[in-house]
Amino acid sequence: MRLPWQSKAAAARPAAEGPWLLAEFTTPDAVLAAADAVRRTGTTRWDVHSPFPVHGLERAMGLKASLVPWFVLILGLAGAAAGMGLQWWASTIAYPLVVSGKPMFSWPAFVPIMFECGVLGGALGAVGGLLFEARLPRHHHPLFASKRFERMSDDRFFVSVDTADPNAGEAEGLLRRAGAVHVERLATEAPAPEGRA
Amino acid sequence: MTQVVAEIDPVVGRPALVEGRPGFHGITEAVARPVEWKPPLGWYIVLAVSLSMLGLFGVSIAWLLWEGVGIWGNNQPVGWGWPIVNFVFWVGIGHAGTLISAVLFLFRQRWRTSINRAAEAMTLFAVACALTFPGIHTGRPWLDYWMMPVPNQMAMWPQFRSPLMWDVFAVSIYGLVSLLFWYVGLIPDLATMRDRATTRVRQVAYGIFALGWRGSMRHWLHYEKAYLLLAGLATPLVLSVHSVVSFDFAVSQIPGWHTTIFPPYFVAGAIFSGMAMVITLMVIGRVAFGLKHLITLLHFDRMAKLILLTGTLVGYAYGVEFFVAWYSGNPFERYAFLNRAFGPYAWAYWIMVSCNVLSPQVFWFQRARTSIPVLFVVSILVNIGMWFERFVIVVTSLHRDFLPSSWGYFRPTFWDIATFLGSFGLFFTLFTLFVRFLPMVSMSELKGVLPEAHAHGLPPDATPDKPLHEPAVGTGLASHPPQPEVS
Repeated sequence: MRLPWQSKAAAARPAAEGPWLLAEFTTPDAVLAAADAVRRTGTTRWDVHSPFPVHGLERAMGLKASLVPWFVLILGLAGAAAGMGLQWWASTIAYPLVVSGKPMFSWPAFVPIMFECGVLGGALGAVGGLLFEARLPRHHHPLFASKRFERMSDDRFFVSVDTADPNAGEAEGLLRRAGAVHVERLATEAPAPEGRA
Repeated sequence: MTQVVAEIDPVVGRPALVEGRPGFHGITEAVARPVEWKPPLGWYIVLAVSLSMLGLFGVSIAWLLWEGVGIWGNNQPVGWGWPIVNFVFWVGIGHAGTLISAVLFLFRQRWRTSINRAAEAMTLFAVACALTFPGIHTGRPWLDYWMMPVPNQMAMWPQFRSPLMWDVFAVSIYGLVSLLFWYVGLIPDLATMRDRATTRVRQVAYGIFALGWRGSMRHWLHYEKAYLLLAGLATPLVLSVHSVVSFDFAVSQIPGWHTTIFPPYFVAGAIFSGMAMVITLMVIGRVAFGLKHLITLLHFDRMAKLILLTGTLVGYAYGVEFFVAWYSGNPFERYAFLNRAFGPYAWAYWIMVSCNVLSPQVFWFQRARTSIPVLFVVSILVNIGMWFERFVIVVTSLHRDFLPSSWGYFRPTFWDIATFLGSFGLFFTLFTLFVRFLPMVSMSELKGVLPEAHAHGLPPDATPDKPLHEPAVGTGLASHPPQPEVS
């Protein structure tokens, strides 16, 4: 079943995650070279894991620009509109009250709250957009089965490749040639939910 | 700078942000260990003192609710006594966190990475203290929902033309956005704590909040964008919040409050006081938790420069206020300022001037900027001075306004002082728990500014054979130059 946010290409991909290859690297340079090599095999179900964002990796992996700014723009504008709308409705329809002989809809006095609501909307958009685009929270992932993967958040860099992808065939040799200090094949767990590769 | 920093970052050619070349793992160890080990005896002592002050806060508030606002010194003509002074004081302190994390982030001041986590936490706790005061100021906190735009049985709605309503929105949204910003920054570090956990409880507790973070580059891409945008949103927000707080005063008609310089003057003062609080906390924290090599004298040197800048701006505002009072030709305005400097509250005014304008001037000298005792003393003096600034603004303007028949002299009561000290209990309790249970330095960001974090591009034999996703000229993989730091 194709979920509303899935592209057709994503839905067409095999849902079951095959055994994952996990290659460990010690330097940003090594993982950058490995990522560049893996990208050129044409595989799509693979990833790089690092304790901090390694700049240049997004190009080496061929990632498209993030869509998070659109979430921020749309929700920020919506927040501002909601803020102004609330004040307009409360001051003209719900509770019309003349203050200092000003018009009911004295919009300049409503600008500060409109601005604050817009910032709130934008901030919620940034966090919501991040969680949605990254498909987080996801507390279960086959990679967490690896004990070595715990150093992902410390000082090691990993490349993970889903061997269910037909293009991932020669990935293991490729990763070893790229200087991986350790390569392991993780046992397959229960199939992950669709579209959460 | 040789006195401050001996090491030079080989990549960017500027003073190293972290001393002793700890490496990625060294940073994890240094930051995570205080959270994982049994805390030193001193931590329990600080917690006990903070908790007893928090108890005082609870007792003060309980007595307030039982007896009413008459337990405070607030009365005509000074209806806004210490509760509002304390509110503005705490909100002001809360501004440095966002300045450090958002504004300095946008200006690419990479030295901020060592202190931004703690400064953001400080912001949250200071905003929590600040929000307490308007909440209890009326003595009837069960009616606080009147400030919120919620449908109610009275069929009434808030008066959105009032700066006090703007304040409700500005401060509460500021608290919320600061929380989001802080939490997003914490996610990768929570994953580190989860992965290092030695007990199941810690693993689950940190794991839940780490959201299953696995350091994926596909996630980092969105993460960095979201963080940048949050910084971009928080920057105008932080400027707006204290401007709105100043509108509470500036939009009124009271001489001494009704001035257009208030918004920038308040913002400068807020950053000034917040920086001072960051210095106070960091001076203690870096020693107590063994983070001297991560929070170095270089950081203090730069924070001291910001103190000097904002302190001098505040001093300039004090001068302009006097000039405008004289130049306006308004007799009430002139009197308000003469009364401020030479009237019955002159003692408070001159405490304010000497703490805020004179004491930071020692920071013209690098020796003072890098001397821990001097930094500590000046930061305390600045905090005292900034509290007195709010006291001077609130009390001296109200105690003698237009009609001499309604003049008076405000004196705080025991419960005023107890409530204020109690709010420090809330602040320090939260901060003490923070340094015990969460990493007080951002590990992922700090690793990213180490010299070894920069990938230098691919080896020559791996030159891409087809154009990459974004073939920008001069920024290809083969030549990935380090980003020059803008200072």
